[in-house]
Amino acid sequence: MYFEYEVVGGDFTNAGSTSSSVKKTLKQLNVDPVIIKRTVVALYEAEVNIVAHAYKGKIYINIEEDSISIRLVDEGPGIPDIDKAMEIGFSTASVSVREMGFGAGMGLPNMKNNSDRLIVTSEVGKGTIIEIYNKLQQ
Amino acid sequence: MEQKKESLYHALTFRTELCMGCSHCMMKCPTEAIRVIHGKAILNPDRCIDCGECYRICPYGAISVRQDDFEKIYNYKYRVALMPAVFSAQFPDKITSHQIYRALISIGFTHVFETENSVEFLVKPYNDYVKNQREKPVISSFCPAIVRLIQVRFPTLVDNIMLIKPPMDVTALYIKKIFEDSNIPSHDIGIFYVTPCAAKIAGIKSSVLEDHSLINGVINMSYLYNKVYREIKQKGFAKEQNAASGFKFMTRDSVRWSLTKGEIRVVKTNKKLAIDQIENVIDFLEKLENEDIRDIDFLELRACYQSCAGGILCSGNKFLTTERANRRANDMDEAKTNQHKTNQQEIKHYAPYIEENVLLHGKILPRSIIKLDDNMAEAMKKMKRIHEINNILPQVDCGICGAPSCQAFAEDMVQKGVEIKSCIFIQKILEQNDKLDTAETIDLMIKTWGIGKLDKSRMKELNNEINI
Repeated sequence: MYFEYEVVGGDFTNAGSTSSSVKKTLKQLNVDPVIIKRTVVALYEAEVNIVAHAYKGKIYINIEEDSISIRLVDEGPGIPDIDKAMEIGFSTASVSVREMGFGAGMGLPNMKNNSDRLIVTSEVGKGTIIEIYNKLQQ
Repeated sequence: MEQKKESLYHALTFRTELCMGCSHCMMKCPTEAIRVIHGKAILNPDRCIDCGECYRICPYGAISVRQDDFEKIYNYKYRVALMPAVFSAQFPDKITSHQIYRALISIGFTHVFETENSVEFLVKPYNDYVKNQREKPVISSFCPAIVRLIQVRFPTLVDNIMLIKPPMDVTALYIKKIFEDSNIPSHDIGIFYVTPCAAKIAGIKSSVLEDHSLINGVINMSYLYNKVYREIKQKGFAKEQNAASGFKFMTRDSVRWSLTKGEIRVVKTNKKLAIDQIENVIDFLEKLENEDIRDIDFLELRACYQSCAGGILCSGNKFLTTERANRRANDMDEAKTNQHKTNQQEIKHYAPYIEENVLLHGKILPRSIIKLDDNMAEAMKKMKRIHEINNILPQVDCGICGAPSCQAFAEDMVQKGVEIKSCIFIQKILEQNDKLDTAETIDLMIKTWGIGKLDKSRMKELNNEINI
C-alpha cells in the first residue's frame, strides 16, 4: 500500500499529521504496538525536522506485508556534516525553534534507535532525503 | 499480538421494548459500538467500554444499568455501605452528613464508610510508583472506562496504565482488615459500593486484571439517593454535625479525590495533567500515542465531565455537587483536631499491611477494535477494500444506513458483509439508473429502521401536511 503526504516548512500546527495517519494504518493492520511506537517515533522526528528546517517536503510511505519503507524528501538547507548530526545532543536548530520545544538535538540518533535501517543523504543548499525501513513482524 | 479474547461484563443493557431506534446513542458512542438494525439499537460487547454516553443521551430511557438487588445486603451479618464523597455532595445544603449516615443505617446498613477513606494510604504508593516507573506518563487506572478505552482504542498505551488499586478497593481492604482484627469472619461482612456510574460496576464484576474485588455488591447511586432522601424526609433525623466514624480519615485531598484534579493534587511532580470528558481524553491520547507530547509524568484521565460528580447515576447537578464537595474540603481543618492525632496513629498501624496489598497484579492486555484482521496480509486487503468503498460513499455521516459514519459503514461492509445498498444516497443513484425500484428501497429501509417509521398507513397523518 502506498501513501503520499506533503509537509509545509514552518507549519508546526500540523507537524505530526503524517505520523498520526501512519499510526492509524498500522493499528488497523494489527502491527505489534512496540513496532508501531518505534516507527511512529522515527517518522515523527523526521517529519518535524522538515517542518523545523526545510521549506517543504514530501513523505512517501510504502507498506508491504512484512515491512514499512518511509522516504522523506525535502527542499531545504541540507545537512553539512551528517556524522556530526548523528551525535547525541548536537543541534542546528535556531533559537526560535528551540523555544517551541523542538530542536533538542536528538533527531537523528533517536530516528536511528527507532528504525531497523536509516539512510540519510543530503546536499547542502538543496535538501535532505531520509529513508526509514522497519520490519512489521517480529 | 497478545490479546484479551473473551468479552468483558457490561453494566449497560439495551431495553429493546423501549428503544425507538432514534440512533442518538449510535452517533454518540466514542467506540462506535452501536448499530441500528430493524429499528433497534444493538450493542457490540467487544467495543463497549461502559462509559455510559449512550445512557446519558438516550431520550427514551431505553438503556439501563445492571445492578445488584438491594435485598442482597441481608445475605450478610455486617452490611457495609461504601459511599463515595460525591454521594453526600449531591444532597442540598440543609441535609447534613450525619442525617445521611443515620438514614443509611435506618434503611439496613450496619456500617458506613466513605470510599476515599484510604486516600491517606495511597499517597505514598502513588508517588513511589510515578517516581519508579520507566514508562511515562503513568496513566491513572482510577476510571475503569478509561482503562477499557485504552485497551480497545490505544493498545500501544496499555503499559502506561498505573497498576495501583483505586480507593474503593483499598478502603475495602482496610475494612476487611479491621473486621478481621476484631475476629469477625470475612463471610459475615458484605461490602456494598455505591456507584456513580456503569464503568465502576463493570470494573468490579469483571476486572481487566487478575485481582478479584473485595466488593460484594454494587448499588446504584441514584437509587440510593432517592431511598436515603425519602428516609430523611419521613424520619427527620437530627442535624447534629459530628462526623460518623466511617468518615474519620477524610481529608481535603480525599474529599476532592474523585473530582477533576483530585489525583494530581497528591502526586508530587510538576509534570502532571488532569483531563475529563471522554472526547477530550481521546483527543489527548491520540496526541500522546504519536509521542508529540513529552514531559508529563502523571496523567489523570476521567471519562465524565466534572469526573465522578458528573457520573451517569448522580442525581444532583454536576456543578453543584463539585461546589459542595469543594466547600466541604475547604471547611476541613484536619490538622488541628484531636481526631487527626488518633487517625495518624491508626494510619501508621495499618499502612504496612495496605502498602503490601496495594498493587494490582497481572498485565493489562490490549483488546484492539482498530485492527481489521489478526493476519496482516488479510488486514491489508481489507484496508484497501474499505478505502475503495469509502471513496464512493457520500461522507455525510447521516447514519441512515444504521452505522455511525460512512467510514464505519465501509468497515461493516467488509467485516460483516453489510450491503452497499443500505446507503440512502447509493439507493438514489441506483433508482435513477433503474437498478432499484421503490419497493426494494422500502425493504432496505425497513431492514435498518423497522416497519413503524415507514408504515404505508401513516399517509393519513401526512394528508394534512402535504398537498398532493
